[in-house]
Amino acid sequence: MEQLPQQLINGLTIGCFYALIALGYTMVYGVLRLINFAHGDLFMLGAYLGLVTLMGAAVNVGISASLLIFLLIFTAVMAVVAGVGILLERVAYRPLYRAGRLPPVISALGASIFLQNAVMLIYGARYRTYPEEFKEVIPDVVWNLGGARITLIQVIMLVIALLLMAGLYLFVQRTRVGTAIRAVALDHDTARLMGIDVYRIIVIVFLIGPALGAAGGIMVGLFYGRIYFTLGFSYGLKAFTAAILGGIGNIPGAMVGGLLLGVVEALATGFVSDQWKNAIAFFILIFILILRPTGLLGERVAEKL
Amino acid sequence: MALLELQGLTKTFGGLTAVDHLDFDVNEGEIVGMIGPNGAGKTTVFNLITGIYPPDEGAISFNGQSLLGLRPHVITELGIGRTFQTIRIFPNLTCMENVMAGQHCRARAGVLGAIFQPKSQRLEEEQIWQEAERCLRFMGLWDKGAELAKNLPHGDQRRLEIARALATEPRLLILDEPAAGLNEQETGELMGLIGQIRESGITVLLIEHDMRVVMGISDRIIVLDNGEKIAEGTPKEVQGNPRVIEAYLGRE
Amino acid sequence: MKDLFVRLKALGQHQGYAILAIVGLLFPWIARTDRWVQVANFFFIYALLGLSLNIILGYAGLFQLGHAAFYAVGAYTTAILSTRFDVPIFVLLPLSGLLAVLFAVLISRPILHLRGDYLCLVTIGFGEIVRIALRNDVSSLIFLAKVPGLRFLEGKLKDMVITGGPNGIFGISRPSILGFTLRQQWHYFYLFFAFVAFTIFAMRRLENSRLGRAWTCVREDELAAEAMGIDTVHVKLLAFAIGAAWAGVTGGLYASWVTVIAPESFSFWESVIMFCIVVLGGTGSIPGVMVGTLGMVVLPELLREVLLNIQQWRMLLFGAAMIVMMVIRPEGLWPSQRFRRELEAARERVAGAQA
Repeated sequence: MEQLPQQLINGLTIGCFYALIALGYTMVYGVLRLINFAHGDLFMLGAYLGLVTLMGAAVNVGISASLLIFLLIFTAVMAVVAGVGILLERVAYRPLYRAGRLPPVISALGASIFLQNAVMLIYGARYRTYPEEFKEVIPDVVWNLGGARITLIQVIMLVIALLLMAGLYLFVQRTRVGTAIRAVALDHDTARLMGIDVYRIIVIVFLIGPALGAAGGIMVGLFYGRIYFTLGFSYGLKAFTAAILGGIGNIPGAMVGGLLLGVVEALATGFVSDQWKNAIAFFILIFILILRPTGLLGERVAEKL
Repeated sequence: MALLELQGLTKTFGGLTAVDHLDFDVNEGEIVGMIGPNGAGKTTVFNLITGIYPPDEGAISFNGQSLLGLRPHVITELGIGRTFQTIRIFPNLTCMENVMAGQHCRARAGVLGAIFQPKSQRLEEEQIWQEAERCLRFMGLWDKGAELAKNLPHGDQRRLEIARALATEPRLLILDEPAAGLNEQETGELMGLIGQIRESGITVLLIEHDMRVVMGISDRIIVLDNGEKIAEGTPKEVQGNPRVIEAYLGRE
Repeated sequence: MKDLFVRLKALGQHQGYAILAIVGLLFPWIARTDRWVQVANFFFIYALLGLSLNIILGYAGLFQLGHAAFYAVGAYTTAILSTRFDVPIFVLLPLSGLLAVLFAVLISRPILHLRGDYLCLVTIGFGEIVRIALRNDVSSLIFLAKVPGLRFLEGKLKDMVITGGPNGIFGISRPSILGFTLRQQWHYFYLFFAFVAFTIFAMRRLENSRLGRAWTCVREDELAAEAMGIDTVHVKLLAFAIGAAWAGVTGGLYASWVTVIAPESFSFWESVIMFCIVVLGGTGSIPGVMVGTLGMVVLPELLREVLLNIQQWRMLLFGAAMIVMMVIRPEGLWPSQRFRRELEAARERVAGAQA
């Protein structure tokens, strides 16, 4: 059993990843009231695309230019997955906006199955390992914070994650497009009356969410080293728990929820059992939905009759 | 003892007091009308009586029994049937199926009864069918029994909802704007039907904006404004009441 | 194909069922090889699962994506009691159903009031928790021994094996009645056939009963249903209970047929397959579930003979098929009339609001 500070550091790290993925869920739910079951698989796709491009770069370009290449690859993968996200919306969701409650759920599940199996067929059913070369670029510095180890790599990833989250927050709060997103999340019809192109906003949301998820995917790959095609399911469900925890549709909530879930999970691993850590996350999900479905930061929605 | 007694009934939503310390009674065999400007809290009172949400303060008793804390289906079983302001029939069921739904609480057959269909269950189904037929005939909808509820014209839908409520075998029937959207002829027919319902032994409490209906059939009228009772009496008394006229300023 | 369905319908329900019954009873003779009888048995198991989920999802309209959990409870009950205590299978079948019901009542009571998508997630969560619990087995609870006062558990739990962990349980006995033990595929065929026939009979009766009507009303307008005297909580609970009971018994049948079970047979993807059988086949309709099972289970087996690598591509095609189906025919291949109407109503409502 590791000490508390180490648990907290680990928890915050994985919490950042959950937060990045959770943002995608929460944004899509905010504007569409739809749970994008395929979102976790977009995160997984990011992890795999990151793997492939990093390996290609390590072979071809050489280590010396690595940090720049690394950031370029990062951005490129985010862009590609964002593209897939937009395609997903167009093909699997848009035709079903008027179809009732059940069809979008099935379609989302279908998309999830499709993505998972596509990746499995292309990259194989066994786990894949992230290239070690990039880890060599970054000096293997380790700090000691009150008994907890934290590596430079970890810090860099945390910084990138926090920057992305901060960037999103500012974007949503300060820019016109961001405000439009919040408007659409509140009420489609009123937003439309205000001159907002709702479909365009939806497309933007399907661009940002998957992009952030992809970033999380690459980070998870770098941090844990191993990825497998079912990653989307486990991380996805937990990230969704995080989104619910913070209040579904609430963007700062997803960030808080992610970090909180990461910490809780790390503590659970340390003090309870590693085998049960997923089950604990699901218990949290169930409890929240039963007791306080609007989450920790969500507003109470009055019952309409 | 009155059939329905409301005492000090209060309900607030957020900062808005929808019902404010309301007292009134409905006696058995009466037809009581509830009127008031829009937003006066009338439908809220109905929702409180039928248990859709609990009051913040006050007491509701039906036939001597308190209704507080009871779930809506229990209240229906005790003998209060209702219709809704916005029609809430089951759109994809036939008229017959809609009305049969009302008989649910008067029957007992469960899973085993459904699967094995013992004599008691078959008898019960027969009774459900007959009662539903009776209610449909009463409301003049028997010839439309096999039609889907959503395909009916507005007036028939309102009547279907009443038929369904009648199928619950109520002692008190609560009607929320039963004449809304009806033309002259339909309104006249409705008034006749409500009179017949009372004659069959059912007490009626209704909300209505159509003054012809309310004044025409009510024994007593209760006037609400801003959640408070501002007047109560016979139609004549209420019509002449200056406070009532003031609340309706500009309305007929 | 559609023509065949229409003609079958026109024949009248009774004649149609009679024909199917005769074909069914003669099938092992027609099929010649053991392999096809085995496929038929798979069909029956999934048809039963589909029919059990149809009660929850199709009749009562509750989004249940964790149905495999009930299936698992039934299968493991049979497996554990059969391998440890030699309880005969035919005694275990109703017992499995009963335990599944108890489990269902326990977990569904607090979640019944949840709205569609939220209920969906909770059921996924429960399904996963059950699978994880089965995989971890009781010995994994040893961490409880850290709690003061529960230290004695350390010794007791350390080597306790109940669910068999990730490897599951093997050596489950086969059903036997009056001295005769079922061993061949065609023995099981008739057993399963009888169950399916009874299930269809019971479902049809339920559909048209007071309870069936109550489920439809709850699905159409829950508030109005409650106001009309229907105890919506009780009715929804019954849907879960009956669906679970059937799934539990099916689990027992499955366990005594394959004689080896493991947690991975009861994963989320099994729940998804069941869900798809119901929805893609035709929500709420019994023929729909049959068609759905044919498509999801039998078709891949048929194709396997033709296209060798179909196993790998199967799920990929399913994923795509799900999306395509929802876009072009969301009511399923053989929908119940009501469901088709409900979908039209949903579309009209939205169109009206847009106007």
